[in-house]
Amino acid sequence: MKILVPVKRVVDFNVKIRVKSDQSGIELANVKMSMNPFCEIAVEEAVRLKEKGIATEIIAVSIGPQQAQETLRTALAMGADRAILVQTDVNVEPLAVAKILKALVDKETPQLVILGKQSIDGDNNQTGQMLAALLGWGQGTFASKVEKDGDDLKITREIDGGLETLDLKLPCVVTTDLRLNEPRYASLPNIMKAKQKPLATMAPADLGVDVTPRVVTLKVSEPPKRKAGIKVKDVTELVDKLKNEAKVI
Amino acid sequence: MATVLLIAEHDNAKLKPATLNSMTAAKKIGDVDVLVAGQGCAAVADEAAKIDGVKKVLLADDASYGHFLAENLAALVAKLGANYGYVLAPSTTTGKNMLPRAAALLDMQMLSDVSGIENADTFVRPFYAGNAFATVQSKDKIKVMTIRTTAFDPATAAGGSATVEKVESAGDAGLSSFVSQQLTKSERPELTAARVVVSGGRGMGSGENFKLIDALADKLDAAVGASRAAVDAGFVPNDYQVGQTGKVVAPDLYIAIGISGAIQHLAGMKDSKVIVAINKDPDAPIFQVADYGLVQDLFVALPELTKAV
Repeated sequence: MKILVPVKRVVDFNVKIRVKSDQSGIELANVKMSMNPFCEIAVEEAVRLKEKGIATEIIAVSIGPQQAQETLRTALAMGADRAILVQTDVNVEPLAVAKILKALVDKETPQLVILGKQSIDGDNNQTGQMLAALLGWGQGTFASKVEKDGDDLKITREIDGGLETLDLKLPCVVTTDLRLNEPRYASLPNIMKAKQKPLATMAPADLGVDVTPRVVTLKVSEPPKRKAGIKVKDVTELVDKLKNEAKVI
Repeated sequence: MATVLLIAEHDNAKLKPATLNSMTAAKKIGDVDVLVAGQGCAAVADEAAKIDGVKKVLLADDASYGHFLAENLAALVAKLGANYGYVLAPSTTTGKNMLPRAAALLDMQMLSDVSGIENADTFVRPFYAGNAFATVQSKDKIKVMTIRTTAFDPATAAGGSATVEKVESAGDAGLSSFVSQQLTKSERPELTAARVVVSGGRGMGSGENFKLIDALADKLDAAVGASRAAVDAGFVPNDYQVGQTGKVVAPDLYIAIGISGAIQHLAGMKDSKVIVAINKDPDAPIFQVADYGLVQDLFVALPELTKAV
């Protein structure tokens, strides 16, 4: 079984982001970039499926600027076999990402696409579901467990209030939640080996996809700040404040 | 014909509160029809018909919707939604799972987690884990949006008298099937709907010690939450998690105990009306968002607080 794993280059999760002073967006100059954490989990899961003998080939895909090559090299160092960069400087929206991925699925014919449930920059949580729709495939979103069950996949999903298990016909799309696995660190020899693995580059137009945004960002602002509160000296004062000042208990 | 189609969130027996919050957002846009899709859910449709302001309830009662499988629901929502200017669902795991699929079937770029409605085509939504808010204008013909429920007050559940109209099922796509569900059973109010939430963090030290949190929650009729650190440490199940990758809550009172206050956690609770933090570390970031902070060992403060309220 061939697996396609889309990965995204985003602001590193440890970076405290700043809104640009002209409110046009987020300050990205000289900011550390990394693979989106949910995508790392997706790569790890694909590699584990290969180690179990279920997957035969892992193709990592990224859609983004030239520097997204680094993100793909990380995926290759973790264990992906080859990579495809769909290069564009446009901030591609989830629906257009899904259309690009569909075109690649049509070319590469994987049985499974496994990707992060959301990116930590856009927080959209749309791409996997949209790709499944365009392909007419089943979807196992927010997965915390992926098991092969005969010809199907059994997916345990994180839902409000607990867990749910679904049976999905292959081919299908799976999106990863945080607890699915703990991604490995690439070893130095594997990082060196990854440099030799094939990485193809193409443009969205090569796949016949129009990436013109349909949503215009008019303004980006900081969240409203909470005004600083007070420290109370003990539980008695706390209870008094909650009863008589805040009137919440 | 109304302008907005709102997808109701329910469990086939009762309407979930998230529907009422989303209704408030929907009413700001225009007239609202509500879709109740499920199995044996006629009572839910009657409940939805009573929500103040609903024009019409569409009831799709069919076995293929019994477990809210995205493949089946999205096909129905796309079919019905094509006749509306707006298709909305609460930003719950059900809504997040189903609505992007429906949006793609309609060839519309969806907006996730909308927290503000500026005008007919301009909306506000958080991104970067709630550390920034974008004001965005959609050029698409149908605006497909999930609604951040904590950003809108619930609509009145009574006073309406909408008609209920049965709609045909779009059938079973045959792509997925339900196997099982393990829901955390609790007598307490639901985390996202509770008036008071008591949350514990890594400082609790063990799952056993969460009994102290439970005791306070029982006295305050509160829901129990946790930070990601407490969940990752295995103290409590993952559906307790409050934060950007867990649940977003905005109760009247949020009590954070032994929680340091990582950005991830703050994103899930900083819209609470009153925040109390108890932590022995005076430099914990949680104190920067707390209205009332108590620097004390939680194992001293917590039992005392439980006794005092």
